[in-house]
Amino acid sequence: MTNVLLEEVLIGAIANNLDGLRHVAVGAASPIPGAAALLARSRSNGTMRVSVLGSEDNNFFTDGGKEIFDVAGQGRMDAFFLSGAQIDGKANVNLVAVGDYAQPKARFPGSFGSGYLYFVVPRVILFRLEHTPRTLVEEVDFISAPGFSDDNVYRPGGPYKLITDRCLFDVDKERRCFRLESVHPGHTVEEIHIQTGFKFDLPDGEVPVTPVPDAASLATIRGEVAKEISEIYPAFAARVFGVGKAA
Amino acid sequence: MLATQLSVDDLVSCIPDGAKIALPPDYSYCALAAVRALIRRGARDLHIVGVPTFGFQGDMLIGAGCVATVETSAVTLSEHGLAPRFTKAIKEASIKMMDATCPAVHAALQASEKGIPFIPLRGLVGSDILANRSDWKVGNNPFAESDDPIVYLPALRPDVALIHAPLADKFGNVWIGVRRELMLMAHASAETYVTAEKIVDYNLMGDLKTKAGTIPGLYVSAIAEAENGAWPLGIPDGYGADHPHLAKYAADARSDQGFQRYMEQFVFGSAAQAAE
Repeated sequence: MTNVLLEEVLIGAIANNLDGLRHVAVGAASPIPGAAALLARSRSNGTMRVSVLGSEDNNFFTDGGKEIFDVAGQGRMDAFFLSGAQIDGKANVNLVAVGDYAQPKARFPGSFGSGYLYFVVPRVILFRLEHTPRTLVEEVDFISAPGFSDDNVYRPGGPYKLITDRCLFDVDKERRCFRLESVHPGHTVEEIHIQTGFKFDLPDGEVPVTPVPDAASLATIRGEVAKEISEIYPAFAARVFGVGKAA
Repeated sequence: MLATQLSVDDLVSCIPDGAKIALPPDYSYCALAAVRALIRRGARDLHIVGVPTFGFQGDMLIGAGCVATVETSAVTLSEHGLAPRFTKAIKEASIKMMDATCPAVHAALQASEKGIPFIPLRGLVGSDILANRSDWKVGNNPFAESDDPIVYLPALRPDVALIHAPLADKFGNVWIGVRRELMLMAHASAETYVTAEKIVDYNLMGDLKTKAGTIPGLYVSAIAEAENGAWPLGIPDGYGADHPHLAKYAADARSDQGFQRYMEQFVFGSAAQAAE
């Protein structure tokens, strides 16, 4: 992958899972999902809306903090991104604490909207840039939002993919587990086994390499998307694309 | 007529120890001058509610020993990292923590706004958020023909909403523009205390363009004028956040001594008070 950055591979791989959607929402401090959403929007001929939570200039909501959740609850949000201090093999997400909840070893900011959005947004893409046995664990210490629910629980939403700095996992909703979909250029299946704390399925045959964005998408990423993302995440755009002059 | 000639210190003297106080997130209009005044008056045993999260202001209150209970979906200094005093208090189990998820805070406030005892919310079933909230219950959708578990949240009625605003008038009306979570907080809380960049003599209800984004004085208990009252946070369309200062806080607050030094310099110091 001469001259294609990991960030660009991730942006392209995520965008491929967003094409055709009407409304994609991105949480605060998520530059790569944000750039992927902008790439998908650019390819949508004006049919996709993207909203960035916590950004004054890049969301179109006018009814206060609750509106984004009401929008999601009604089914007007097609895709969202969640991360986690820990993500486990059953797609449970932990944004709260490591160790005993009452007196934890590590405490993180909190669950934000995950305890709701994971249930109601059809395509929740899990995104974690540190792919190690510390973050991708067998069982999370605290469930901010469960990956799967009993059949009687209202659950139009849930996990759709898990993407890391090493690979892309698909979600098997029947077996309630992850299946390795592709390994990013320069990484190996053996390495994924070593660096993943949970068991996962393998595809039939050889594991594909995550495709790099095609020339047109790469040009969009480096042009239009880089410029737009620099207004939201100036430090990221400066570091990755050399765009703008970040503080 | 409503008291609009109060100082910020007078305003916070209306907030008793033990009060349940709703606070907006850092990207909304936060009354930081009032928070500093609360710390100066030595407030104790507060129950602070993030709507739906809080940042810098809550971390300062926790560090200063003003807080007994925290109810929120998250505590974050966003790009400045974890909230250090909150993190320390949790690790030492020195505050009671009520973890939530954002729409649960909003919905529970909406129940209070409507004067109803509870409100149902989707999601949450099977989470440890729910497992650790003994005040929330799982019921069944009474309209469903089969089993349909749904979470019931009791109405959340804060004693106080403490907010900042760009503009208020002498009739008690408070303009918050598009930041309508502040409207919800005012509707849902028993009392609303406001600091405003400017208090004007004309009626904000007189122009439909401002009326649309205005909290009616009906909900407002007192207003104090506080220019730059959100500092070191910013206000949308006004002044930006003072990021070098926020970064300094985030660094200082990592140690007990650093936090004390920050408090002395920016909260208790005579120069700090004179600047309010």
